[in-house]
Amino acid sequence: MKPFKLDWLILPLLGIAVVLLAWQLSSKTWAKELPSPSKTWDASKDYVLKPFEKRGEMDQGILRFTWYSLVLVAKGYAIALIVGTPIGFFLGLSKAFTKTFDPIIQVLRPVSPLAWLPLGLVLFLGAGKQASELGALFTIAICAMWPTVLNTAVGVRAVPQDYLNVAKVLQLSRWKTLTKVLIPATLPYMFTGFRLSLGIAWLVIVAAEMLTGRPGVGGFLWQEYNALLYEHIILCIITIGVVGFVLDRLMSLVESRFKTA
Amino acid sequence: MPYLELKSVSKGYGSDGARTEVLRDVNLAIEQGEFVAIVGYSGAGKTTLMSILAGLIRPDTGSVTLEGREMSGPGPDRGLVFQNYSLLPWLTVAENIRLAVDQVFPKKSEAERAAHATEFIEMVNLTPARDKLPRELSGGMRQRVSVARTMSMNPKVLLCDEPLSALDALTRANLQDEITRIRTLHRQTVVLVTNDPDEAILLADRVIPLTAGPNATLGRSFIVDLPHPRDRKALNHNLRFRELRREISEFLLQSRQDRHATLTRKLTLPDIEPEDLAIPRSRLGRTRPLRAHELKEATVEVTS
Repeated sequence: MKPFKLDWLILPLLGIAVVLLAWQLSSKTWAKELPSPSKTWDASKDYVLKPFEKRGEMDQGILRFTWYSLVLVAKGYAIALIVGTPIGFFLGLSKAFTKTFDPIIQVLRPVSPLAWLPLGLVLFLGAGKQASELGALFTIAICAMWPTVLNTAVGVRAVPQDYLNVAKVLQLSRWKTLTKVLIPATLPYMFTGFRLSLGIAWLVIVAAEMLTGRPGVGGFLWQEYNALLYEHIILCIITIGVVGFVLDRLMSLVESRFKTA
Repeated sequence: MPYLELKSVSKGYGSDGARTEVLRDVNLAIEQGEFVAIVGYSGAGKTTLMSILAGLIRPDTGSVTLEGREMSGPGPDRGLVFQNYSLLPWLTVAENIRLAVDQVFPKKSEAERAAHATEFIEMVNLTPARDKLPRELSGGMRQRVSVARTMSMNPKVLLCDEPLSALDALTRANLQDEITRIRTLHRQTVVLVTNDPDEAILLADRVIPLTAGPNATLGRSFIVDLPHPRDRKALNHNLRFRELRREISEFLLQSRQDRHATLTRKLTLPDIEPEDLAIPRSRLGRTRPLRAHELKEATVEVTS
């Protein structure tokens, strides 16, 4: 099809309309329990139009819930980066380190957040009230870490020998070689890892909140499922999707700033 | 005593079975202030020789001495201009040079170091481009930055590893003039590696051919007794220049002819017979049977 004026706006709107129509049809025909789009909107209006209102522990505006989730993600994500980046550097720099830890990493990497969370809760049993938050943080950190670890390692291995030769001829110290050559040369790879990690952290938060029942988008979703308020499940899904999309875009912007020639 | 000296240096790569000797018994003596050009075929081991001089790789045998001291690693006293410029792409022209200046002159004050860097940016006429990133510069400009970075370290010897081979002919001529100018200005000792005999004769006081590899070694020296400054255009008609060029080319060609290697390997000839249908099929289908007479030994003569 030929590009036309405003196609960047009209075509996506068309896509949304098609999905809404399919949703409407489904709720009328084979999925009687599925609330229709208009019913969903009616039930969600309060949460969307007063997004920061707090009526009770599990009855708050949707952006307020999103904020709780984001704060938790930010903490877990920060831990993932702080732990994951150095591990990635060690993997990239040392063959012995790679041989020692790569098998373990490859085994732990595909483990689902749902499997980590109970372990996280057990680990922090002694923390009392804090246990659910610490368990959730542990889960987010350990699941979101791997893309950062692996991309950093690839980036370090991909640093051109020429740059290292420059460092050698100038007799840069180990520390200076790291800060002046290795880190800048690896940054583009690191940020690709950071972006993927953020996506995973956002995936994990929902699961973690559902299992721990913490206030947040995921916790809200699970509570409303138990309360048979199916409209709010859809509201949560849309919110989670939109937030995830926005986060990814933001990280892409940051990432493109670090692309070097 | 020579200023820079290589004594019976050899270097090979690979382990016992598949080992190739790249350099064998290389001896080289260079006086202070001399400009020596080493000419050789691509792949003969020129870059290996340069890396040994710079200390980036250790020779298997032999030694490198500068001012009588044996060199065991790289250092700013032997400034290397890389074949592919090797500028750090996230630093501007000035920052690339400052990285070297800051590292080599830590005792100077901030202002002195800045002035020092500026002086060398001026030397290669890149003042207007000082805040540009390498990717915004042409190949010739990048190599000038690289030359400026190396010269800013005040090296005792300037090592140029085919610095102009990636440039077009016109830019190359410009940079050749620039190297000559810088060299005269600083009375710099220079070792230039190149695959172009004309370039070697134009720039150097002495040209030494590197024989074809493997087992490359340096041939006899050809003293270039042409007066400075040398004019590229006039040189083409100069009898001495033509004689030198002929002698060096002949030496290189002769060294190649002396080296004939043979290589034996198994060849599988293309299948032109119908397939033998009597062979039972496996579950995964039939793999084509390899007939005994298809295996042939072939001996190929390789000239390297």
